[in-house]
Amino acid sequence: MSVSDLTSTPRPDDKTAAPPSRQSAFGQFCHRYALLFAWAATIAIFGVLEPESFLQIQNFTSIFNSQAVLVVLTCSLVLTLTSSEYDLSAASVLSLSAMLVAVLNAQLQVPVGWAILVAIAAGLLVGTINGVLVVIVGIESIIATLGMGSLVAGITLWISHSNMISGISNTLVSLVIVPRLFGISLGFVYAVAIAALLWYFLTYTPLGRQLLFVGRGRRVARLSGLAVGRLRFGAMVGGSFLASIAGVLYAGTSASADPNSGDSFMLPAFAAAFLGSTSIVPGRFNAWGSFAAVYFLVTGIYGLSLMGIQVFVQNLFYGGALIIAVALSILVRRSETREPDIAKDGN
Amino acid sequence: MPEVTAILEARHFSKRFGGTLALDDVALTVDGGTVHGLVGHNGSGKSTLIKILAGYHAPEPGAELTIDGAPVRLPLAPGRFRDLGMAFVHQDPGLIASLSVVENLRIGNLAQRRLAPIAWRDEVRHCEALLAEFGMSCDPRAAVETLLPWQRPMLAIIRAVDETRALLRQTGQHRGLLVLDEPTSNLADSNVGQLFDVVRRVQAAGFGVLFVSHDLDEILAVTDHVTVLRDGRVAGSGATSGFSRGDLVRLIVGHAIVPTARAEPVEMRTDHLVAVQGLSGPGVRDVGFSVAPGEILGCSGLIGSGFAEIGPMLIGAVPAWRGRLRLGTRTMDLAALTPARAIAAGISYVPGERLREGCIGELSVAENVALPVLGRFFRAGWLHRRALASHARAQITRLGVRPADPALALEALSGGNQQKVLLAKWLQLEPRLLILQEPTQGVDVGAREQIFTIIREFAARGGSVLCLSGDHEQLAMLCGRVLIFRRGRVTRELTGSEVTKERIAHECLGSDVYAAA
Repeated sequence: MSVSDLTSTPRPDDKTAAPPSRQSAFGQFCHRYALLFAWAATIAIFGVLEPESFLQIQNFTSIFNSQAVLVVLTCSLVLTLTSSEYDLSAASVLSLSAMLVAVLNAQLQVPVGWAILVAIAAGLLVGTINGVLVVIVGIESIIATLGMGSLVAGITLWISHSNMISGISNTLVSLVIVPRLFGISLGFVYAVAIAALLWYFLTYTPLGRQLLFVGRGRRVARLSGLAVGRLRFGAMVGGSFLASIAGVLYAGTSASADPNSGDSFMLPAFAAAFLGSTSIVPGRFNAWGSFAAVYFLVTGIYGLSLMGIQVFVQNLFYGGALIIAVALSILVRRSETREPDIAKDGN
Repeated sequence: MPEVTAILEARHFSKRFGGTLALDDVALTVDGGTVHGLVGHNGSGKSTLIKILAGYHAPEPGAELTIDGAPVRLPLAPGRFRDLGMAFVHQDPGLIASLSVVENLRIGNLAQRRLAPIAWRDEVRHCEALLAEFGMSCDPRAAVETLLPWQRPMLAIIRAVDETRALLRQTGQHRGLLVLDEPTSNLADSNVGQLFDVVRRVQAAGFGVLFVSHDLDEILAVTDHVTVLRDGRVAGSGATSGFSRGDLVRLIVGHAIVPTARAEPVEMRTDHLVAVQGLSGPGVRDVGFSVAPGEILGCSGLIGSGFAEIGPMLIGAVPAWRGRLRLGTRTMDLAALTPARAIAAGISYVPGERLREGCIGELSVAENVALPVLGRFFRAGWLHRRALASHARAQITRLGVRPADPALALEALSGGNQQKVLLAKWLQLEPRLLILQEPTQGVDVGAREQIFTIIREFAARGGSVLCLSGDHEQLAMLCGRVLIFRRGRVTRELTGSEVTKERIAHECLGSDVYAAA
């Protein structure tokens, strides 16, 4: 036998043998867009339950406008999670960045453009320290960023003297939250743009693809000649960069900064990133899936709050969503692979 | 002098896997207070036999097992061997490196207790007595990772003996059987003498020892009796003193081979493309060789002999201590090599463990194939995914991957097709040196032929191939020249008509029958 036997034009049996994917195309479609269906269903349910208050156009614009910050923070996590690192400091970076804009602009009268640059530089610095700790020193990312997160939160409290600071320049506010077209603000446009950029990066650039391989199998990536350390470092820096952008948007959204503002974003962002990884490109952390997940979760919360349900429901909802999302993604994976895990079946 | 009666008597052990009889009516008798060697090739049935004793496989009906004079019902339930006084120490000693010696020794004991407080001082004292009994000197509070390499299997053996004795004391039986499954195969070049000393002390304590090994030096040094398995049958059995090394080699390989007449002087090319000089690193000492364009050079040896270790060093994934690699006109320092640099210089490495090192199973075939050439498809700020998929389809079609669907998850393909995808991933770079590690592991016979054809055609185009394998038949089919490794060094080079399955096996076993001839 020679390879030339094998190389000739594809034979008919290739086609018959080919795609087990085809007959389940409908199933795949459902899987990919399940989250969007769930979102539509949520809207329909609340529309029926609360027809007067829920189905208002301004409700939707307010949902879209208010959650731009969460979308950008979730994008930050999608980037680090793709490289299989957990960045628990992202929410603290958000607070720090928002607080730097507030302190510099509102208290020290620094022009808002410079204040934003400083805030972003601070984010890059935190990301670099994370990268050094995780890649060069070799600390597990979950521990390194847990520590950095607390450290950064301390700095935020320190520079703000634990106070909420308001009075941020209207320039920023008008660039972020003031409604423009059809009640949609620029903040939402930024969030869409950042999600699109992240999607482009992860899907259409070699670097994004390489990052995926680094996250899935560091040995394979290294043996394939990828610069594994540099890619992981880059992901940590990029994640903090996006988190600091989210902080700037937050400062613009509320015209003020609360030293604890980031805390309430942490869990929703993780929930959205994991929930997003079950749709659009199932099995991968991806920008549009996360984008859809953010608005699915927020619509749910908003509807519940309209029904007069109390604030603690947010915690229940986000916590539950995070656990369900992660459990779902693991169950889906397990049904696809049959490899037994020796450490799992104790006794 | 312990009473010499059979501690384990196995008769009519057979085991069928699908169409092949892995074990065919094997009998094995181990006497108390003796060390019994079990030798044979990979695939001779050694591990199947061990796994039946461990309760991992059920033997075919008709098998009989007697432990210490009492018949035992087969198949054994997993873990039942403990109650019968058997203990297993495997190639991987199963120690937790960051914990202390005393914690590792007592882990089995601690696992059976719940809230009863641990008297650490007593545990340490018990440990010290145990270590002293078996002639091992180390601090019980030291972490296992600080021990010398050959002390780790010693510790595993001592632990097995201690646990078995504790259990036998409870059941009132007196003798145990220790099964050592290739305990030295991870030890290159080291002090195995001390390990044997422990084995002898275990024997003196009244245990029977079943010592499984590839290595005839060890068998001759430490065993009283020996059983040779070949193709699932007992090829020979008796007192070790009655066998010469040559006898054992003949029994293992199957037939006496008359040394071939001096091989015809094979015309050797001297325009070597690749030359490795003075390569030393973990498990490898001062290895040098060269490969001509179009040559397929094989490397083989026993597990742990160093032939497999050179692959990761030549691609820069495991740092070598020193050594140089010349590739054409370029010379590289192997101690400073990284995978990226090696690949850029024209070296491709196809690792043996496909799904751990070669590719990501849950990602698609196209993604796996395209990983090293992503840059080619990135034009005008855009990764051309359709071009990439059709490139991957062309590559895998060329190598005969079925189904030739680049969108499938790689893990959905059979082992042979996965291996062809991996070859496609690396051959598209048109490397100058292709390093293959166990290229047909887990591959069915048909795909194996196709993979051979792919490798031969690559060599015919002028590429150099280095094939690292423990599969002697495969090397004999592929290679014109084979290097034999032993304890980290190249000890023999086979060329031309010497490259036969049997001859490679002889040399791997460290036989000197040819030297005498």
